[in-house]
Amino acid sequence: MSEQITVTVNGDTVSARPAANTLLSTFLREELGLTGAHVGCDTSQCGACVVLVDGKSVKSCTMLAHQAAGTNVTTIEGLAGDGGELHPMQEAFRDNHGLQCGFCTPGMVLSAVDLVSRNPDPSEGEVRSWLEGNICRCTGYHNIVKSIRAAAKVMRA
Amino acid sequence: MYDFNYHRPASATDAAAARKAAADGVYLAGGMTLLPTLKQRLARNSDVVDLAAAGLAGIGRDGGTITIGAMSTHDSVATSSEVQSAIPALAALAGGIGDPQVRNRGTIGGSIANADPAADYPAAVLGLNATVHTDRRDIKAGDFFTGMFETALDDGELITKVTFPVPAAAAYAKFANLASRYAIVGVMAAKTGDGIRVAVTGAAGNAFRATAMEQALAGDFSAAALDGISVDADYNSDIHASAEYRRHLVGVMAKRAVGEIA
Repeated sequence: MSEQITVTVNGDTVSARPAANTLLSTFLREELGLTGAHVGCDTSQCGACVVLVDGKSVKSCTMLAHQAAGTNVTTIEGLAGDGGELHPMQEAFRDNHGLQCGFCTPGMVLSAVDLVSRNPDPSEGEVRSWLEGNICRCTGYHNIVKSIRAAAKVMRA
Repeated sequence: MYDFNYHRPASATDAAAARKAAADGVYLAGGMTLLPTLKQRLARNSDVVDLAAAGLAGIGRDGGTITIGAMSTHDSVATSSEVQSAIPALAALAGGIGDPQVRNRGTIGGSIANADPAADYPAAVLGLNATVHTDRRDIKAGDFFTGMFETALDDGELITKVTFPVPAAAAYAKFANLASRYAIVGVMAAKTGDGIRVAVTGAAGNAFRATAMEQALAGDFSAAALDGISVDADYNSDIHASAEYRRHLVGVMAKRAVGEIA
């Protein structure tokens, strides 16, 4: 039997005993039912599975659940407020049509939250460079970049 | 991924002990290469020893030396004010590895222990004349990289930190693979206490020094001094670039790096 881990997921304390070889993405999706972390490529390239671990964006398909022990994990499900009000980044993606099929969106949004937490006023170039690890196969980058810059403006106000 | 025993020791000593006790153990640093390798079942280790809690992260400056703990992430190196002020080329190199999520997890110790021929850090370790400190000894940069994915590390030997002498000036130029951001060719040029150093990554099986360029730059530190110098090496040839193209890129990247600090 593997060791027990305790993780804070979207503000809730979770204790579990995932197998040693359980990926964080699998743990979130299959044990906690948080299917917002999408598994796109499963090879740490596409970024659809991005979640925040202690505020930093990581690819949850390339991290073991056990590596998350003791950390604070935020998935797309945990970004909105308790009353369901959208996070400014989610709101901006909606307002600017920053999604087409929506598959990459959870990863895009969480990656963007990490960016804006470090750089409150990113230039278009900085946003595009930051999105290196997030692939949108609808190629909807134009509105995604627009959304992120609009959200940054709201978040620094 | 095959199953394995997971360990999360609280010190480097305990990590080495766990690794030694395992039938076929492996250290887990950031996992940016190891986890994909395990996922693809290219490796099957009985035990994975996670170094996250072993107290090996941290960056500091002591006079003319920057010390980077083995478990320091690329992001922490890229954003460290101490690295940015002492060796901006090293901060920039770390900030150009992979993508933000790789930089948030990947570590300097993991990168150099893995010794990917296309990794960025080997050019910094060799070009800046760093020393790799392990739980057993100190290894000079020039002795560390011994082949493709091969290093001087013995079985179970654990990198604890890397120390970089602060150079008078240094610059890193990389021709990156557009998908992975690995270096097709990367060149670190530096004016160090040991003279001019030019180190190349991505081009051959392991990082190497371009001594013909170092000699030319010793007399005249300018991009023009590199005109006509073709560096001999056992160049890699793959779907990304032919050996001939890599040889050419070594010259172009070296000129860019030198031009930045000349």
